[in-house]
Amino acid sequence: MSDWYRDFANSGVGSTITKQLGLPRPVRLRRYTPGQPLLDGPALVGSAGEGRLRAEIESVLKEDGVTALSPVTADGATAAKVAAVVLDATGLTTPADLAAAHDFLAPAVKRLGTNGRVVVLGEVPGDAPTPTLAAARQALDGLVRSLAKELRAGATANLVYVPAGAEAAVPGPLRFFLSGRSAYVDGQTVTLSAADVPSGDGGATPLAGKVAVVTGAARGIGASIAEVLGRDGAHVVAVDVPAAGQALAQVANRVGGTALQLDITAPDAAQRLVEHLVERHGGADVVVHNAGITRDKLLVNMDAARWNSVLAVNLQAQLDLTQALLDAEGALKPGARVVAVSSQSGIAGNRGQTNYSASKAGVIGMVRSWAPTFAERGATINAVAPGFIVTEMTAKMPFGTREVGARLNSLNQGGLPVDVAEAIAWLAQPASAGVNGQVLRVCGQNLLGA
Amino acid sequence: MTRKAAIVGGNRIPFARSNKKYARASNQDMLTATIDGLVARHGLAGEQVGEVVAGAVLKHARDFNLTREAVLGSQLSPTTPAYDVQQACGTGLEAAVLVANKIALGQIESGIAGGTDTTSDAPLAVNDDLRHVLIALNNAKTLPDRLKLLGRIRPGQLVPDQPRNVEPRTGLSMGEHAAQTAKVWEISRESQDELAVASHHALAAAYDRGFFDDLVTPFLGLTRDDNLRPDSTVEKLASLKPVFGKGEGATMTAANSTPLTDGASAVLLAIDEWAAERHLPVWAHLVDAQTAAVDYVHGGEGLLMAPAYAMPVMLARNGLTLQDFDRYEIHEAFASTVLSTMKAWEDPAFCKEKLGLDAPLGSIDRAKLNVNGSSLAAGHPFAATGGRIVASLAKMLHELGPGKRGLISICAAGGQGVVAILES
Repeated sequence: MSDWYRDFANSGVGSTITKQLGLPRPVRLRRYTPGQPLLDGPALVGSAGEGRLRAEIESVLKEDGVTALSPVTADGATAAKVAAVVLDATGLTTPADLAAAHDFLAPAVKRLGTNGRVVVLGEVPGDAPTPTLAAARQALDGLVRSLAKELRAGATANLVYVPAGAEAAVPGPLRFFLSGRSAYVDGQTVTLSAADVPSGDGGATPLAGKVAVVTGAARGIGASIAEVLGRDGAHVVAVDVPAAGQALAQVANRVGGTALQLDITAPDAAQRLVEHLVERHGGADVVVHNAGITRDKLLVNMDAARWNSVLAVNLQAQLDLTQALLDAEGALKPGARVVAVSSQSGIAGNRGQTNYSASKAGVIGMVRSWAPTFAERGATINAVAPGFIVTEMTAKMPFGTREVGARLNSLNQGGLPVDVAEAIAWLAQPASAGVNGQVLRVCGQNLLGA
Repeated sequence: MTRKAAIVGGNRIPFARSNKKYARASNQDMLTATIDGLVARHGLAGEQVGEVVAGAVLKHARDFNLTREAVLGSQLSPTTPAYDVQQACGTGLEAAVLVANKIALGQIESGIAGGTDTTSDAPLAVNDDLRHVLIALNNAKTLPDRLKLLGRIRPGQLVPDQPRNVEPRTGLSMGEHAAQTAKVWEISRESQDELAVASHHALAAAYDRGFFDDLVTPFLGLTRDDNLRPDSTVEKLASLKPVFGKGEGATMTAANSTPLTDGASAVLLAIDEWAAERHLPVWAHLVDAQTAAVDYVHGGEGLLMAPAYAMPVMLARNGLTLQDFDRYEIHEAFASTVLSTMKAWEDPAFCKEKLGLDAPLGSIDRAKLNVNGSSLAAGHPFAATGGRIVASLAKMLHELGPGKRGLISICAAGGQGVVAILES
């Protein structure tokens, strides 16, 4: 599943041709590998107005050995490349203050290197007491999304809204958006909430000692999720239908986890999962609802079996399993993390996928509704919505459809299963305690539903 | 005070009819996949267990260290020792007994017992005449000697020796032997067909309710035993022609006899503490076992009747009667074997004259017999059957609750039999 076009565009002759023809020029994304530094160069840090998060930003950079440059000491437009640009925009008071954001970002973005990162931190628009303030804060959303579309060479721009009192929640998300873990997350907005956040980033194994359940783990994105969670230190309970047992066993053994053959739509599935988790593992710290199926047909041609099976696996099972885990004593450990896999189709819709899109949109409703309940337990529930992810399934698509699907995003390439897995593993971390009820798209800022 | 070995879990691949789904799989492929499934289910990747004991009935010369080779190819730690055993169809159960005994003696804390067999990838040997010539050729020192030996090769010697499913001492197939026994015990065609149909229905129902979700791991695209016929009926079976026994009164058909099958199974045994450390359940303990052999060549006893002799010895040693059990697993080599064995235990004359008992062992409550199906439905890859039965029975007893007893009876070629007691 190599990206032939990306490799061509990065070759000597391919580079010249694509440049002259004005064709998309995707780069090899800087993806996380254990031991990789947070950034490969210095970061430019600035503010618009009197920002209140400079201390958090600078301590993250300092802990990770990143040199923080400020625009005042930077020596003009010809200065060396930087790996990241971080704007603390929590001090915005009026739309006029946005000029300061522009003043900082314009020269800073010019210095941004390949696979650069722009992270903007702002206050939550919904918390603003006046329309003027709300307008200024909301304006950041449009600014970041457009900037993300302007960036080239694998660079991304993302926005983090930080309400008052959630300062301690900033380091985890900031690290994620700066690091290679967010390689395919672009043009996104995440809103934090105040929470008890443990200090430190957990080092190389932020999930050490955690038990992580992954449904649909036998192949594709699910197998990748299992691998990344295992890499980050979790004991993975890999779940899939009994018929997928051979591949499931291989995944479980590869990550040193355990295999649980279970049809999550069976009437006793929730009970069996709960019993297994309590007896065998003393409860779960992380639950990833990844299992999903497609049964595509135009709505007018879709039979009940197609409709019902997709809704049963993709939505009802997530609801039933989560409810059972919440109800059963000891099934979810304190500070548990639930991550539900939604889809771009659940946000933008997709022809031939009314059933699938309904189920994936339903997942978004589910996590938003459950977020306050989880917050009460010091737990979180979030959704991840993958865009065009290159899998065995997409490899079977017709060439034209696949290539167009893969290029229609700001990074000009399809994502990999590991990109989805990294986002989920980040949400699963203790340091992500302040991220709750969010829907994070992993789509390279896909044009669909953006 | 000896400690009893706990049965912690099991795994098998679905059994496949000969030359179907596993036509290209070797004994080692199947055993390795089965161990890997067991490892995945119990989170043992990279771990060393005390010993892995397994075997195959039909073995290639290359399978000389089969179990150890399977361990090396598996996800277990390569420092896990292993050895092979072979007791025909008793192999799998005997392997479990051997592991359990070492555990009971305190020599190991955990172990895996298993078995694998393929009738598709069966060994073809160079025929003996040709082999003798080739060995002499290899030893010959001069060219004239070699040419002379080459001249002795005849076209007929190039036909390989096929493995045959017959008893070497009688030249009769196991089915023919079983047919003789069925005749002696007057086992009717109807009762055999009923047993076969019950086996299919019970196995299908067990699959449907997810009983095998933590006992079976699919292999090479097969997710259920492909010999299983959930829609089997006595009427359909009645239409089949007998294949064993001759002429009038032949009762044994392809449906009430097990077909040649490929597959593998494994059982995880340990001391209770080992299981507790890993938060693994103790399904049951292996309480006792007994083997017996009969003189089917000259002694007038049926080839597959040895379990009938082993049973009273084991029951007496444990102070139990045949009725003191909640589940019975009698291996369905042939429907008639199960029925002959049970009839023998009910027969005052047999129990007095052959077993030396004052009273017959009595009858078995059929509602407790092979309740999740047995070999007639699942198939019978010789060495894999014991592991299938031990793991399934242990899980059944665990589901019934503590203190429940289960009885296993397995007949084997060479006039042998193995019986065992499990208790939850």
